[in-house]
Amino acid sequence: MSASHQKRDYSLSGPEGKLAQERGLASAEWYATPIPRKRMKELMQRRNGPAIRDTVIWLSLLIGFGYLAYLSWGTWWALPAFLAYGILYSSPGDSRWHECGHGTAFKTPWMNEWVYQFASFLVLRPATPWRWSHTRHHTDTYIVGRDPEIAQPRPPVWKIIMLEIMHLYAGPRDIKRMFMHCFGIIDKGEKEYIPPAEYRKTFWESRVYVLIFAALIATCIYTSSILPAMFIVLPSFYGSILVLVFGLTQHVGLNEDVLDHRLNTRTIYMNPVFRFLYWNMNYHIEHHMFPMVPYHALPKLHAEMKADCPPPSPGLASAFKDVVTALLKQRKDPTYTIERELPATAQPYLVGPTTNGGMKDVAGMD
Amino acid sequence: MSQGWIEVCEVGEIDEEDVIRFDHGAVSLAVYRSDKDKYYATDGFCTHERVHLSDGLVMGSVIECPKHNGRFDYTTGAAKKTPACEALKTYPVQIEAGKVYVQID
Repeated sequence: MSASHQKRDYSLSGPEGKLAQERGLASAEWYATPIPRKRMKELMQRRNGPAIRDTVIWLSLLIGFGYLAYLSWGTWWALPAFLAYGILYSSPGDSRWHECGHGTAFKTPWMNEWVYQFASFLVLRPATPWRWSHTRHHTDTYIVGRDPEIAQPRPPVWKIIMLEIMHLYAGPRDIKRMFMHCFGIIDKGEKEYIPPAEYRKTFWESRVYVLIFAALIATCIYTSSILPAMFIVLPSFYGSILVLVFGLTQHVGLNEDVLDHRLNTRTIYMNPVFRFLYWNMNYHIEHHMFPMVPYHALPKLHAEMKADCPPPSPGLASAFKDVVTALLKQRKDPTYTIERELPATAQPYLVGPTTNGGMKDVAGMD
Repeated sequence: MSQGWIEVCEVGEIDEEDVIRFDHGAVSLAVYRSDKDKYYATDGFCTHERVHLSDGLVMGSVIECPKHNGRFDYTTGAAKKTPACEALKTYPVQIEAGKVYVQID
């Protein structure tokens, strides 16, 4: 649906952001599936039970596999043991960071905040900047020049994708920003979405992270072993494969610059293990359309919405294949976009604002 | 009811611990009924982004923005959680003859 063949500037400080504002795409009103108010209130209700249960299971698995990895150190068994530990460290770290950042995982605010801070460190994301980054992602999802979390530009940059298999693009970038924060410097892009009132908090959080890094390096030197770092910090690199795969399947290949999450977001049916690791973020259209519905209620929300949505991808492999196909096609044709038909029961797609403040449907795009 | 008071709805039209949207001319309000059966009104749109609070969740004296988890005390308008940083404007509410009225400037 994007008409331009020119390479676009995806930075937040470039001309695309201003253009998006002029086109009425920034901070705009988005399509929402009509759901009765009574039902939405039920779905938005907060509970502590599911998140406490899942956090206990997660930390128990992490400790258990960490112990196995420790025992296997120095043998070939260390490879699968640390891979399992790394995946259990990074992938739930990412999804717990996400859900607790939304403030919906737990009913009790301090539980959300504690797990958010803990998970932010695990995935090496400065907590306050990323909270604001993700807020913007939800305001302007895949609006070029506005959304700081667009996974890939068009045409895609394969080097970044390859580096992200081991988190070697975003990881070093965020660590560099942490050091900048330690000295009271905010990155140019971050200034676009972090309010100045939050700078002080940002600086102190990064100073704590850097102190932990220093203590970890000192421990490795003291013990003459890399083993301590294999349990914290390094797992966010060597265990990040699922974070990449889950992340790419959320939006890549779908539309940019639209105001309907059914056009730019993908819902995928996943097995219970992946859903546990990912905390139900496979229901991603549902999450974006109604972000205050907690992860544990997303399957119920999906049941309410599916007649108004394109068919979900039948599995992670299928969704990932669609993503890779789209990325390959976008190398030569950056405008290539996966089009998905809506069921007959759905409201038509709504893509963007019109001059009278209303919205126009797909038929009005040409 | 004296001048300046606008009829919003019948008292039973808002559930306990809930909120409705009320538009009057260019003004859009969120009108609340608390779990203690008291009524309040604030500006309808979140002060962080233009998202209407009537789609949000009421929890005690708090209204949560349905998009970004910003929270306000709707009895005072005070912002309680980021990304909401600015307070909401509040409006006087009266109940008379089974109807909810709000005073708009």
